[in-house]
Formats: sequence, structure tokens, C-alpha cells
Amino acid sequence: MSEEQGGGPSFEERLRVARERQGLEPRQSVPGGRPDQEPSALGIGLRVGLELVCALAVACAIGWGLDRLFGTRPIFLIAFVPLGGAAGVLNVWREFAPRQGPSGKTRQDGSRSPRSGERGARR
Amino acid sequence: MAASGNINALEQFELHPVLGAFGRTLEFSQSNVMMIAAMVLTLLLLWLGMRPRAMVPGRLQAAAEMIYEFTYNMCVETIGPEGKRFFPFIFTLFLFILIGNLAGVWPFFFTFTSHITVTLALTLVVVIMVTLVGLWIHKLHFFSYFVPEGVPALLLPLLVPIEVLSYLSRIISLSVRLFANMMAGHVMLEVFGAFVVMLGAAGLLGLLPAAFALAVNVALIGFEILVAVLQAYVFAILSCIYLHDAVHLH
Repeated sequence: MSEEQGGGPSFEERLRVARERQGLEPRQSVPGGRPDQEPSALGIGLRVGLELVCALAVACAIGWGLDRLFGTRPIFLIAFVPLGGAAGVLNVWREFAPRQGPSGKTRQDGSRSPRSGERGARR
Repeated sequence: MAASGNINALEQFELHPVLGAFGRTLEFSQSNVMMIAAMVLTLLLLWLGMRPRAMVPGRLQAAAEMIYEFTYNMCVETIGPEGKRFFPFIFTLFLFILIGNLAGVWPFFFTFTSHITVTLALTLVVVIMVTLVGLWIHKLHFFSYFVPEGVPALLLPLLVPIEVLSYLSRIISLSVRLFANMMAGHVMLEVFGAFVVMLGAAGLLGLLPAAFALAVNVALIGFEILVAVLQAYVFAILSCIYLHDAVHLH
């Protein structure tokens, strides 16, 4: 309290500076693998590829299974492959959509939202 | 592996029955041993860590408390206030995968998360539970999850299957992400480890490349530890996000 009356920086201010000096305060501009940072290009590429391929694989499996069930060899498979591709693109869009995008599922919590951490952390 | 002169990087993922006749009868492999070990290690960490109940925690207690609070905050921040109800599940899942991944980096230990059957089973537990939670909370209204908002009715027959496929593709993407990351890392370790042995045996000329491969392997071990923790975290937080979607619908 007495320091504050002396006109110097307040306790909160000094605490913040000290914490920053010790690296306790999460800063946005720290280089290196902080989860808040944008992921690397390779990480983005692998993630997009995984999402696209997964949706397509699921669609192919469903189409093939339905064909087997009903004995209509290529029909369901043909119908489901474009749907699977579209679902893959939808997944990618969900993940990389801008914050306030038309996809209602992006959170608007602020910079430290768990979604942003997850975005950066996933390879 | 390297002793026979060629690199067989996938041999390390083969399952063998352990514990003699007992293991052969029950098909009890080293993967199952590691699962039980991960469970025991988790319980030991929490039990031994929390036994002192000190006001100022020691190292082990600090580790146990940090993991607990980290997971708790992740649940509450991602799912919302309802996340407290799912915290035990997420905590169990996270610790099981984390300890399994980390123990797998240890030499001679098997990584059970490097088998897609294991990760697929874990993912199925998550996805089926998420679906049941959604049905439990919203009853039949849960299916409006697959109907995007503000879309003309004419497009719905096209968009609803796409949404359903997108929902189902989580099963594959969640399991493949963990499995592929763990398997790829261990294949890399094996390949560079074999390089060290083969080049080291090749005589004087091979010593320098062998040392280089060894250095790469050291770096890879560090990278593997990062990946082990990161993938456990990713699995847990994705489960949280799926739970959030099921609890809140859009």
C-alpha cells in the first residue's frame, strides 16, 4: 500500500511485469509451440487430409454395405461417394471457418476459448 | 529387426501371448499387460500423490493436482457448466491414453494406442456415449442436430445425409488420428534405431552416419513425448467438443 502512495506502479502492474518476466503470463507473441499459435502448414495439411479421407471412407463403407444389403451393386455406392466428399468438405469448413462464420458451431468466447487451443494443438 | 540385416519396422506391433499358458488360453498379449499397467500407474499416481494431503503439495501431489485441475478446467470450459458431470469420464479417458502413450516411449514397452482396434474401441465408447447423452437430454429433439438451421426445405434431403456422414466420420478421424500418430512415431524410432546398428556394424566409414542417426533418434524420443501428451490432450478435448455439441445442439 505504501508503495502505491509513492506514485510508482500499482501492485497489480508490478505483479504483471514480474509474472511476465518469469514467463508465467501467457503472451500471444511467444515464438515456439504454444497452442495458441497458428499450426504449421504440414499440420493443417495432414488434418485436412484426414478429415476428407475419413468422411469419404465412411460414405464408401455405408454405400457398399447398403448395396450388399439390397443387392443393388453400384447404386448406393455411387450415391454416397459425392455425399462423403461433401461431408469431408463440411468437416474441413467447420474446423477452419472464420470465428463468426455461418457455421453455428464456432464458439465466440474470445481468444482463450478451448476451441482455439484445440485448433492449434491438433496435428 | 536390425540383427537380421533388414529393417522390419512393423514387427514391434505384433502381439504375443505373455505369461505362459495363462496368456495363451486367454489370448492375453503384451498390449493387455500395458493397459493394466497404465491403469495401475494412474491409480498409483493419484493414490500416492494425494496421500500426504499437504497444504503445500510435494512434487507427486502437485502432478496429481495439476492433471486433475487441468482436466476439470478443460471439461468446464469446453462443455460448459454441465461438463462437471462428464469430468470423471474425460479424466479417466485422458489419463488412460496419456499414461499409455508415455509408457510406450519407454524402451521395450509396448504402446497399446498404436493399434487401431484399441483407439477405435475408445472412440466408439466416446461416440456412442455422446449420442446417448444427446438422446437422454434432448430426447427425439436430438435429431434436429442433423438439420442445419436456415436452409430451404428443398435442400434438406441432400444436407441431412451429409450431416449424418459428417457425424459418423468422427469415429474414423478420432481413432485414426491417435493411432496414426503413435504408430508413425514408433516406426520412425525403429527405422533410425536400425540405422544406428547397421551403420555402426559397417565399419569405420559408417560411424559418423551412425552417430548422426543416433542423434536423430534422441531428438525423436523428445518429439515422441510431445506427441504422446499432445495426442492424449487432443483426444480428450475432441471428446469434450463432441459432448458440448450433444449437450447444447448447435
